[in-house]
Amino acid sequence: MSIRIDEALGVHSRALALRMERSEILSANLANEDTPGFQARDIDFAAEMQRLDSDSHQLFASTSGPGLKYRVPTQPAQDGNTVELSVEQAQFSRNAMDFQTSLTFLNMKFRGLKQAIEGR
Amino acid sequence: MSFDAIYRIAGSAMNAQTVRLNTVASNLANADSASASAADTYQARKPMFAAVYENGELTRGAGMGGAHVQVLDVVTSGRDPVRRYEPGNPVADRDGYVYYPDVNQIEEMTDMMSATRSFETNVEVLNRVKSMQQGLLRLGEA
Repeated sequence: MSIRIDEALGVHSRALALRMERSEILSANLANEDTPGFQARDIDFAAEMQRLDSDSHQLFASTSGPGLKYRVPTQPAQDGNTVELSVEQAQFSRNAMDFQTSLTFLNMKFRGLKQAIEGR
Repeated sequence: MSFDAIYRIAGSAMNAQTVRLNTVASNLANADSASASAADTYQARKPMFAAVYENGELTRGAGMGGAHVQVLDVVTSGRDPVRRYEPGNPVADRDGYVYYPDVNQIEEMTDMMSATRSFETNVEVLNRVKSMQQGLLRLGEA
């Protein structure tokens, strides 16, 4: 019986990759806080995650179209910018925390694998 | 791995905010420089920002990815200088008038605070991303 590393790690490695992509999008929102006309964007994490599971594990496969959505601001701004600092900061830090959570799970998986290999 | 894109995005934002802070400092510093003619008077400066979309390797097809900030240009306000009657001023013209730049100090101060805050936000983004990357590097360690 052999151990398939990919299967052993489960959903977490894909979640990690998606978290990283999302952090890029959110950091772009934060960076363009003062750019006139900039539209804040985000992805529906749960939907993208489901798509990753069904869609041959291809990150953002172009066949199913972009999963990027526009953020609906709570208050419109005169210059057309839809970045709301508090919202984006909250989303960014939550995304970073979720990234750490996925990392922790992966670490636990690795520890389990190591124990299985060493037979302890 | 798209950490480099995040570093680029946050870095470009910090650069843009520095340019903005630079113009604010210049405007405030020159708020009281009087001159003899309207044409010679200092004009308040303001940077113009624009978003440039990145096309990462993973996200090229789907049009996903971030956007960094580019400083398009630094434009002058174009507002008329303020004419003041100061016959005692050494640079006053024949009628005793000098020209002061039309710098709104309150506007500049709020602009400065906004720029500082945005800069700090991006520093925080960099710190977070750094710890994410460090966590990734330590993956599999006991």
